[in-house]
Amino acid sequence: MDKTVKILKKPITSTIIAILCGFAVAAIVLGVTGYNPGAAFGALFSGIFGRPKYISNVIIKATPLILTALSVAFAYKVGLFNIGSEGQYIVGALAANMVGYLCNFPPILEIPLVIVVGMAAGALWGGIVGLLKAKFGIHEVLTSIMFNWIALYLSNLVVQSSTFHQPNTTATYPVNPSSYTMLLPNWKTSDAGIAALSRNKLLKEVLLKTDVNFGFLVAIAAAIFVWFLLYRSSQGYELRAVGLNRDAAEFSGISVNKNVILTMLIAGALSGLAAALTITGTNPHRISILSAFENNGFNGLSVAFIAGSSPIGCIFAGLLFGGLLYGGQSIQANIGAPSEIINIMIGTIVFFVALTKVVPALATKLEKRGMRHAK
Amino acid sequence: MLNNISLLIGITLMYSAPLIFGALAGVISERSGVVNLGIEGMMTIGAFVGAAVGYFSGNAWIGFLAAGLAGGAFALLHAVASVTFKADQTISGIALNLIGPGLALFLCRLCFSGATMSQPVPHKLPKILGGAQKNTVAQNLNLDSTVVLAFIAMLVMWFVLYRTKWGLRIRSVGEHPAAADTMGISVDRTRYICVIISGMLAGLGGASMTLAVIQQFTPTAISGHGFIALAAVIFGKWTPQGAYGACLLFGFAEALSVFLGLKNVPIPTEVLAMLPYILSIVVLILFVGRSVAPKADGMPYEKGTR
Repeated sequence: MDKTVKILKKPITSTIIAILCGFAVAAIVLGVTGYNPGAAFGALFSGIFGRPKYISNVIIKATPLILTALSVAFAYKVGLFNIGSEGQYIVGALAANMVGYLCNFPPILEIPLVIVVGMAAGALWGGIVGLLKAKFGIHEVLTSIMFNWIALYLSNLVVQSSTFHQPNTTATYPVNPSSYTMLLPNWKTSDAGIAALSRNKLLKEVLLKTDVNFGFLVAIAAAIFVWFLLYRSSQGYELRAVGLNRDAAEFSGISVNKNVILTMLIAGALSGLAAALTITGTNPHRISILSAFENNGFNGLSVAFIAGSSPIGCIFAGLLFGGLLYGGQSIQANIGAPSEIINIMIGTIVFFVALTKVVPALATKLEKRGMRHAK
Repeated sequence: MLNNISLLIGITLMYSAPLIFGALAGVISERSGVVNLGIEGMMTIGAFVGAAVGYFSGNAWIGFLAAGLAGGAFALLHAVASVTFKADQTISGIALNLIGPGLALFLCRLCFSGATMSQPVPHKLPKILGGAQKNTVAQNLNLDSTVVLAFIAMLVMWFVLYRTKWGLRIRSVGEHPAAADTMGISVDRTRYICVIISGMLAGLGGASMTLAVIQQFTPTAISGHGFIALAAVIFGKWTPQGAYGACLLFGFAEALSVFLGLKNVPIPTEVLAMLPYILSIVVLILFVGRSVAPKADGMPYEKGTR
């Protein structure tokens, strides 16, 4: 009994229960609409784990999600709701694309340049939101939403400008290969490289058929950095103090305004990093005209919540989310059920994550009942 | 000139009607102390149900009503989570934004043989002036019935919130639930009702998009209008009339960009499209300043706490 209670009280248990509920609801929806849930989930799992290529693609898909989730989770810890990660991602991708195309330095300079520019653009976009909040008290949700849209149209404006628009496409010119962050990018295009990789089945599949890149490592490093910043630095103590009680923080001499701006700068930089790594790390290394949001930032919201705003949790939640998004395509391909079932599933998981407080409360009840019986 | 002005007013009102319903949905829920970030999801459900029922029944009004009911039913999820289970309302709202469009597209594919777009409804919701003459002031001002309904909804909500006992109860539950509880007001029941009404309004907002502005459900039918409505709630300082004004401003900026586009003004369409959002921020900086939410907004109420 004690053991059950203890397990139930761990946060991870609630998260796992939420994930199971997501699968259960998806099974019910599939069943009611005449599809076989077993077959659907089978397709999902083989779409994630079936081949090394799939696993590699899931990791690639998860990388930007982990970073935008970190952006949201970090701001959330400081009491800010960064719904603007979407826009920060868009301007980050835009700036990285522009610089990566216009400049062509050796990789050792080019790669950091493109990534730093992407981060700076995201930081600027987030920073303005923070500044408007600090200076004029305008709610960050409000300005974030507006800035998402401005970013979308700004990006489209640049994509269609004569300097960047590649004729006969709906996209810009790709960035120069000197900024590529894939593993062994040159091997893919040279005959000798292809021949060398083809000798090993696993290498051939993962390296040649997917864009394995260094982004995932950067995402993990970023998660550790955010964790360290929040929990092991004095700046992080200030930030969390602002998040927990703004007035108390102000009273104890912490500048709330400064921390709000700083937070939005960092959050924006994280979203911009997500975008820059996608531009440098995956095909087609460019941006296209957007008719609607691509949800790179909005999905980060869900990932951050599934992770309970824990920086390290974002890595795992991002992988889960990436897996569902990537593997989910197999459901439609294999059994014909609308792939939107994945969105319903993810939504349900997030919904039950919102309810997570119920599980520990239940555990406390169980505990009390147990003690009564013991008497 | 007169024609241009009336055209501008006409487009403004047309674009703002769905937003107004969405914003009123936010106002009623947040006034009772439940943050509703799920308006986008609720509007998408309404947009789909409105278009689908409108198509299959052949009557836009039946579609419109069905959208309201569907939105209310969908909002029940949010009510259960945030009132009964004291869940994190922010997360629950975001969850609804994922489930809503997911469910709407899922059902759309089932109903319309795999397409993510519904068939066009046979008749849009009627216009108030019926068959007015083309290119006249009357035609430009020939408003959708949803424009009138949105205005009435705002008046009703203003009256209920500030002139009735029930409105006083809603506001007290949103400001100080413990005090309201002491006075014998059921906090939980009040919040349940408000969240469900919120869902109904959001559903109607979605349907006014698909049954009056465009004529079918598409994956981008709502595309962010729920979030803009949310912005209008904050912008309008959590009052029905304020939110209404904020939506009109936004609709006007949207109309202005359409209008300038129609008149072939040599400004890139993307810059015109940015206009509403930039204008909103400028107005915010100039006129609004700090806005204060209802005190208990977003806080689950536990009996016995102060």
